[in-house]
Amino acid sequence: MYAQLVETGAKRVKSLEEMSPEEREFQLKIDAETKIEAKNWMPEGYRKTLVRQISQHAHSEVVGMLPEGNWITRAPTLKRKLQLMAKIQDEAGHGLYLYSAMETLGADRDEEIDKLHEGKVKYSSIFNYPTLSWADMGTVGWLVDGAAIVNQVVLQRTSYGPYSRAMIRICKEESFHQRQGYQILLDLMREGTEEQKQMVQDSINRFWWPSLMMFGPSDDQSPNSQQSMAWKIKRKSNDELRQMFIDQTVPQLEFLGCTAPDPDLKWNEERGHYDFGEIDWQEFYDVLKGNGPCNKERVETRKNAIDGGAWVREAAKAYAEKQQQKQQNAA
Amino acid sequence: MSKTMTQQEALQEYLLRLADSDMILGQRLCELCGKAPALEEEMALMNVALDLVGQARNWYEYAAELIDDGRSADELAFRRDAHDYRNALMVEQPNGDYAVTMGRQFFFDAWHYFTIAALTKAPDERIASIAAKAAKEVQYHLRRSSEWVKRFGDGTEESHQRMQTAVDDLWRFTGEMIEADEVEQTLFKAGIGPDPEQLVADWKGLVNEVLAEATLTPPPEDAWMYRGAKVGHHTEHLGFILAEMQFLQRAYPDAKTW
Repeated sequence: MYAQLVETGAKRVKSLEEMSPEEREFQLKIDAETKIEAKNWMPEGYRKTLVRQISQHAHSEVVGMLPEGNWITRAPTLKRKLQLMAKIQDEAGHGLYLYSAMETLGADRDEEIDKLHEGKVKYSSIFNYPTLSWADMGTVGWLVDGAAIVNQVVLQRTSYGPYSRAMIRICKEESFHQRQGYQILLDLMREGTEEQKQMVQDSINRFWWPSLMMFGPSDDQSPNSQQSMAWKIKRKSNDELRQMFIDQTVPQLEFLGCTAPDPDLKWNEERGHYDFGEIDWQEFYDVLKGNGPCNKERVETRKNAIDGGAWVREAAKAYAEKQQQKQQNAA
Repeated sequence: MSKTMTQQEALQEYLLRLADSDMILGQRLCELCGKAPALEEEMALMNVALDLVGQARNWYEYAAELIDDGRSADELAFRRDAHDYRNALMVEQPNGDYAVTMGRQFFFDAWHYFTIAALTKAPDERIASIAAKAAKEVQYHLRRSSEWVKRFGDGTEESHQRMQTAVDDLWRFTGEMIEADEVEQTLFKAGIGPDPEQLVADWKGLVNEVLAEATLTPPPEDAWMYRGAKVGHHTEHLGFILAEMQFLQRAYPDAKTW
C-alpha cells in the first residue's frame, strides 16, 4: 500500500519490438512471472520506479507511527496499550525491512530519508490526517490497515523478489492489526456508552474518504500505472483495488451498526459491486502537495527526531571506532 | 508505615511499587514514539516499553487479587492519583536528551536486575514466576542501557558531557530507589526480594564499574538524595504523566469497556 502516484519516467509502454535485446529478455521474464532479483539486469526506469515505490512505502510505515503514537500515552487499558505498542513496533520493523529491500536496488536509506525530510518525496496521504479520539485507533487499524492489505496482498505477487517477500511477511502482521482495530470498534459499539458509540461514528466519518484516497487517483488520471502494470510492479489498477476494498468493507461497516458519510453508497445488483460517490480529488491533491491537516507536523517530527539524534549516532560511531582500535592494539 | 504492618500489607505495597515503576517508565518511553534518534532505536525503545508495561500488568493483576477490594489491574493503573502511586522518583523524570533517557534507564535497570533476580527465588510462586519471565527481559534492558552509557561516556566530547550531566542530575533519585524501607525489610525477612544491604552493594558495584568504563565521574558518596516516593510524595512530573495516561478514564468515567 501506501504508494500513490509513483512516477515511472515512461510516457508510454514500449512494445517488444521497440525494446533492446536486454529489455526484451527482461520483459519476457516478467511476462513469465519469473521474479527479478537484485543481481539481475533491469531497466533503469524499473529500478528507479521501484526505489520510489518502496521508499514511499517505507516512509509511510515510519510516518504512520505518528498518528498512533499520538494515542499510545493515552491508551485506555493495559491490554489496549500493549496492543498499540506492539503494532507501532511492527510498523517500525516494516519500515526497516522495506528500507533494506530498497537498498538491494542500490539506493541509500539515509539519502532517501533526507529527501523525505526535505519534502521531496511522498508518503501515504492518509497519515496527514489527525487522530482526534481513541476510536481513531480502531478506525486506523480497520480502514487504513485494511486498505493497505488490499494493496499489499496483490503486491505479494509483485515482480521484484525482495519487495514481494517483504510484502508476504508484512501482510501477515497487517491482517492481525486490522482485526485488532475492528475489535476496538466492535467492543465500543456493543458495550460502549452513547458517547463512545458517537466517537466511533465520528471517527468513521473522518477517515472514510481519506481511506478511499489511499488507492491513488482514478485510473484515467493515473499516468504511471500502465508502465508499472507492464513491469508487474503494480498488479491491479487503483480503481480495481478501491472497489475490492469497498466491497469487503461495507458489510463490516453494517455489522458494526455504523454508516459511511456517502449518500451514494449502495449495492449495485447488476455490477455485483457497491456503487459509491465521487472522491474529493481536490482534497487528495492538496494533501499530496503538502496541504493536509498534519503534513507540516509529521515531517517536522521525523526531521527533528533524526536531526536531533545526530549526536547520538556520532557518539555510537566514535565509540565503535575506539573499541575497534582497542582490539587492534590488544592483538 | 504503621508499626503493625503485616507481611500481607507490605506485599501489597511492594507489588504496587514494582508495577508503578514499570508502568511509569513504560509510559515515559511511549512518549518517545516516533521521536527516537534512529529507526533501530525506535524498535528497541518500544520493545523495552512493551516489556515494562507487560510486567506492570502482571504485578497489577496479582496486586488486585491480594488487595481484593473489587478493583481490577486496569483500575489500579488508571484510577489512582499521584499520591497513591508508588513508583520510584527516577522513572517519572522527563526523557530529556537521549543521555538522560539512557542514564535514567541504566540506573533503573541496574536496580531492577538485582531485584528481579532475587524475586525469582521468592517462596511465593506467583511472584517467582512473574519474576522469572521478567528476568530475561530485564537482563536485556540492562545490557542495552549500560552499552549506551558507555557509548556516550566514551564516544564524542559532546556525548561525554551530556552523559556526565545526565548522571549528575539523575543521581539524587538513586538513593531512595536502592535503599530499603520497612516494607522491603519486612518482605526480605519473609524471603521475598533482595537482601537490602546486598542490593545497595551490588547496585553500586555495577554502576561504578559501568561509569568507570564509560570514563564518567561518579557523583560524591555523600551527595544529597531526594526522597518521598515510597510514601506517595512525588516530583511535580507525576501529576502530568497521570493526567495524560488516565485522560480517557477521567473524561469518560462511566465507560465500562474500551
